[in-house]
Amino acid sequence: MARRDERMSEGEEETEAESMSESESESDSQSGGEKSRGGLDYIMSLPDVPMKLPPHVELQRTRVLCNADAPNHTDTIQYSGAFASVGVDNSFRLDHFRDKFRVEVIRYSDEDMEFDMIGVDPALANAFRRILISEVPTMAIEKVLIANNTSAIQDEVLAHRLGLIPISVDPRLFEYADGNPLNERNSIVFKLHVRCERKKHLRRTVKASDLKWLPNGTEFLESENSNSSSSSKPKTYTEFTCRQDSLPEFLDNPIGFKGKLGDIIIAKLGPEESGDLEAQCKFMLYKGVLIVYFIQVVLLEEIEDEVAENLKSKCPVGVFDIEDVANGKKRLTVSQPRACTLCRECIREGEEWEKRVSLRRVKDHFIFTVESAGALPPDVLFTEAVKILETKCESVISDLS
Amino acid sequence: MEHGSNTDNSKSSFCLVDEDHTLANAVRFTLNQDPRVSFSGYSIPHPSENRVNIRVQTTGAPAQEVLKDACQDLMMMCQHVRSTLDKAVADYKMRNPKGCRYSD
Repeated sequence: MARRDERMSEGEEETEAESMSESESESDSQSGGEKSRGGLDYIMSLPDVPMKLPPHVELQRTRVLCNADAPNHTDTIQYSGAFASVGVDNSFRLDHFRDKFRVEVIRYSDEDMEFDMIGVDPALANAFRRILISEVPTMAIEKVLIANNTSAIQDEVLAHRLGLIPISVDPRLFEYADGNPLNERNSIVFKLHVRCERKKHLRRTVKASDLKWLPNGTEFLESENSNSSSSSKPKTYTEFTCRQDSLPEFLDNPIGFKGKLGDIIIAKLGPEESGDLEAQCKFMLYKGVLIVYFIQVVLLEEIEDEVAENLKSKCPVGVFDIEDVANGKKRLTVSQPRACTLCRECIREGEEWEKRVSLRRVKDHFIFTVESAGALPPDVLFTEAVKILETKCESVISDLS
Repeated sequence: MEHGSNTDNSKSSFCLVDEDHTLANAVRFTLNQDPRVSFSGYSIPHPSENRVNIRVQTTGAPAQEVLKDACQDLMMMCQHVRSTLDKAVADYKMRNPKGCRYSD
């Protein structure tokens, strides 16, 4: 009884696992030509050898069991020969990966997206996450030159606040400055010149939209002396060779803080307080990404009536629902498995509950939440991250050959 | 950079500069899934030096080739991930033209 229910609720997953191991053994026999696998091939051809993993091993391989005391079977089995003794090939085949791999978009907007990545190993999913966090470039303010700041906010605090404002510009249009002189290809310069005049208003809120783009580079001169002598070419902090807004990519698309980003508050000025500064932008890294395992909530037996009501009320996030079946009976169903936060409240109160409900993390199913800081849509960010991993592999290959 | 023996090329350590867990762990995963590999692992000798050491021992094939194949596998996986994601996002946009606010 219990076994049947588990199958029912696992439904799709179970058949998927079956078809997977079938195709695994199929291609295993294809690779039988290899010398090293000759013995295994012979064993595989014998009728009594099981071609797929027994269900309990398959469960341990594909799920983390989140019991009341501790999670169990948390490791992933990577070694190609891990299941050689039962005749299952665990080696990597690209065509299997292609067959199994799925992406399902749950939510998508300019700012963030959520998608499920199914059939991918934690090692790979984590590589994507790490790259997204720390290696996909974004433009942000790096250096702030302050000429005058009479506001209540100190220079260094102001500079720090500026550094956290995301700029809506595609970082792929720029080169990495890497110590080179700043020019129109590797930097953006903004100017902030605000004053709260007593006659006009009592307080003034400085917002990101007050930062004005200087397409011609900085207006500040590098030394005070050259200010007085009107030499033909005064030395400034940047070496722009042409106006940035004359470049084709920025011609109709001025750099700035679009939409909600323009409303970010930088400072508040009192009467007669002013700020005059320039900010130079270079590559920076700022975006959010989160991956979590998909959690599967499995009912190990049919749960009815009072127990069902009890269990439904236990769950603080409403994973369970109750449906009416024949004879006025009520039966528990898992209606919102994605809502589960793994609080384990449903199995806390003793062993009998663990026999009714089982919480399992699916080891190859990840829920990615990618947040963009505004410059690029989240799917482009992710694609960039994958490309960076490819570049890394490529450089290793070229280093070795 | 490869550190191995002159006579036996089936066992080698590789030192990758400017890499970290991101690549090393992913490569270790593909290496371990290669049937020719008898052992593979990686370590970061010191956290403030950005280099990783990857050890590859095979059942006979040259370790360098196996590592290259592992990187190749990883690249192919990445390409598939990218194309699948692009397709999924395009599908989503088709199905929910109002749901996504895409400005470009």
